[in-house]
Amino acid sequence: MGNRILEKSLIADGICRFIIEAPRIARKRKAGNFVVVRANEYAERVPLTIVDSDLVRGSITLIIQSVGKSTRLLNSLYEGDELADVIGPLGRPTPLDSFGTIVCVGGGVGTAEVLPIARAAKAADNEVISIIGARTRDLLILEEEMRETSDEVYIVTDDGSYERQGLVVEPLEDLIFAGRCIDAIYAIGPIAMMRAVADLTEPYNIKTYVSLNPLMIDGTGMCGGCRVVVAGKTRFACVDGPEFDAHQVDFDTLVLRNRAYAEEERVALERFETEQTVRFEGLV
Amino acid sequence: MQVTIKRTPKAPRQAMPCQLPRARVRNFCEVAIGFTEEQALLEAQRCINCKNPTCIKGCPVEINIPHFILSILKRDYVEAANIIRDKNSLPAICGRVCQQEDQCEALCVNGIKGTSVGIGRLERFVADYQIERGVFASPEVAAPTGKRVALVGSGPAALTAAGDLARMGHKVTVFEALHTLGGVLSYGIPEFRLPKSIVGTEIRQLENIGVEFVTSSVIGKTETVDELFDEEGYDAVFLGTGAGLPYFLNIPGENLAGIYSANEFLTRVNLMKAYKFPEYDTPVRVGKRVAVLGAGNTAMDAARVAMRLGPERVYMIYRRSRAEVPARSEEVEHAEEEGIEFKFLTTPTQFFGNTSGWVTGMEVIDMELGEPDDSGRRRPVPVKGTEHSFDVDTVIVAVGQGPNPLIQSTTPDLKTTKWGNIITDETGQTSRPGLYAGGDVVRGGSTVILAMGDGKRAARSIHEYLMSNGRL
Repeated sequence: MGNRILEKSLIADGICRFIIEAPRIARKRKAGNFVVVRANEYAERVPLTIVDSDLVRGSITLIIQSVGKSTRLLNSLYEGDELADVIGPLGRPTPLDSFGTIVCVGGGVGTAEVLPIARAAKAADNEVISIIGARTRDLLILEEEMRETSDEVYIVTDDGSYERQGLVVEPLEDLIFAGRCIDAIYAIGPIAMMRAVADLTEPYNIKTYVSLNPLMIDGTGMCGGCRVVVAGKTRFACVDGPEFDAHQVDFDTLVLRNRAYAEEERVALERFETEQTVRFEGLV
Repeated sequence: MQVTIKRTPKAPRQAMPCQLPRARVRNFCEVAIGFTEEQALLEAQRCINCKNPTCIKGCPVEINIPHFILSILKRDYVEAANIIRDKNSLPAICGRVCQQEDQCEALCVNGIKGTSVGIGRLERFVADYQIERGVFASPEVAAPTGKRVALVGSGPAALTAAGDLARMGHKVTVFEALHTLGGVLSYGIPEFRLPKSIVGTEIRQLENIGVEFVTSSVIGKTETVDELFDEEGYDAVFLGTGAGLPYFLNIPGENLAGIYSANEFLTRVNLMKAYKFPEYDTPVRVGKRVAVLGAGNTAMDAARVAMRLGPERVYMIYRRSRAEVPARSEEVEHAEEEGIEFKFLTTPTQFFGNTSGWVTGMEVIDMELGEPDDSGRRRPVPVKGTEHSFDVDTVIVAVGQGPNPLIQSTTPDLKTTKWGNIITDETGQTSRPGLYAGGDVVRGGSTVILAMGDGKRAARSIHEYLMSNGRL
């Protein structure tokens, strides 16, 4: 009794969008929630942010970037395939009141995670300013969706291949320098990006939230593998988060803990690529 | 065929055949191999079939022990297993992990002057005999009552309640948060102590009497308890969610990589099969020197799993002395045979790491036992100036678990203790009508058999509640 993939599309180089049958999760999910997905009997349990849901179809949307073995395995699945399990909605929903002006910052595939927050912020009558960025134009995702839900959108690419050349913190800095009144910032993306946003906004005392992505197994508070340090205290990202006050997060611990299995990840990826090659050559 | 039944209470207790320590630390196969038929018969003859069998009083699920032993002596092993199944839906599991030495065997009359009958080993023998041959009696199931019961969690408490309620004629659904059924029997207790195929077989027996199982369903998240009652229309709900929240020591360096909670370490290995990496995708890393903190059954399991992953040394670090070790004595013996080294009256004060964030060592301080504390055990007190350090590259924290708060925090009017354990009366009834609880979520870290006893009592009181149409 798995969860069927209703639709799959490639939305950027190495980034796929999945629409997955999960009626119970679709009914309950809120912005900020995630699911834990297991592709098959041998696979890891992988935490993924719920990007969207469709109550009529009873489905949720996930966006996955191929990085290591587990994400490549998921992205190698087809429409009609079944995932072994999809568990959720997990984590605390994003605390979203009517603040006033909210800035949503998405770096790389983090844009997929910030989109539901931007939508919920808009639905709660906030002014929404979005800043999204990618390494290069071909990796930029969800521009149209972010434009639909935002009052203003700023786009950056590392290499200048599209819109402004630079990092996502730069338009944010411009907004702050221009004296725009910002009530809260939600920044999701690579750890270095989230740390840069936190460093930028701390002196101005602007409420800033980041969504943390530590290694996780069960996602329900049982293993403590996802522990992060926030305000000097150990918290479990799966049940206490995944969003935390950016100015209180110990990013160094997060970086080091996320690297713990770098060697095993390399072994698993190599093995997967060999298997894929063998399968491909077998077809020819 | 007439079988002559001999009774030889003074004969020596049969030893459990085991894999040799040197061999078993290289594999995950079961350590205790189980009695042969001859051993089972010799052990069964040691039972004197007392007129007033005290052993039954020691059994939380009230198995008719002398009766099943009599069936062994009649060489009707399937009948013996069925006698157990009449009270206990999980005999092959209990025969392996139940602390019989503190339960039925502690009250065995033979134990007064000699050694008690090996009841647990006999239970395992007949349960395995039945499973190997696949000859299960169809248990009597009462006529459908039209009542529906949801059980949350699929560990020993909920499985026991599920079996009993199904046999009483209720429609029963079990919701499990993980992708595999069994709770602690699957994610916690390792393969070499409880093969997962055994857990699967026992769960299939429950399916055969109509119990429905839903995996990957996190009650409190996917659905709340209120929704189970109001939207799904369940007439009663039982919470058997266990003690799934790992405690840490909150000392410097505890978030270094290489420091696991016992739950994480055991989940990686038992549930995710990390010992078969890279065939299975989830890794686990054990270095050369492992320290396990704590000395309960979970700590023993973690240490013995670690030993099988190839380190040079495994230490168990415990702040009290050998006399206070809470684990089963059999587990402690097995651990020592496997080369695990105990450091008693020692407690960690901090961990050290390298530049890549991995643990490289720990500082500990010697302890001495002072006045008795709330638990009645002498309180360990640090001895000033005895701090010293040693190298470790893997640490497993097994200092206890609390209840997972997901349900308590989403269920209004559910009374809990200050530690988050659900408060119930002696029948398992919580502060909300129709809502029952049992096992570790009520008791804190306890045992499989006490959880099963709770499941049994709760099933009885749920049945009374349902048959009185909720007017209790």
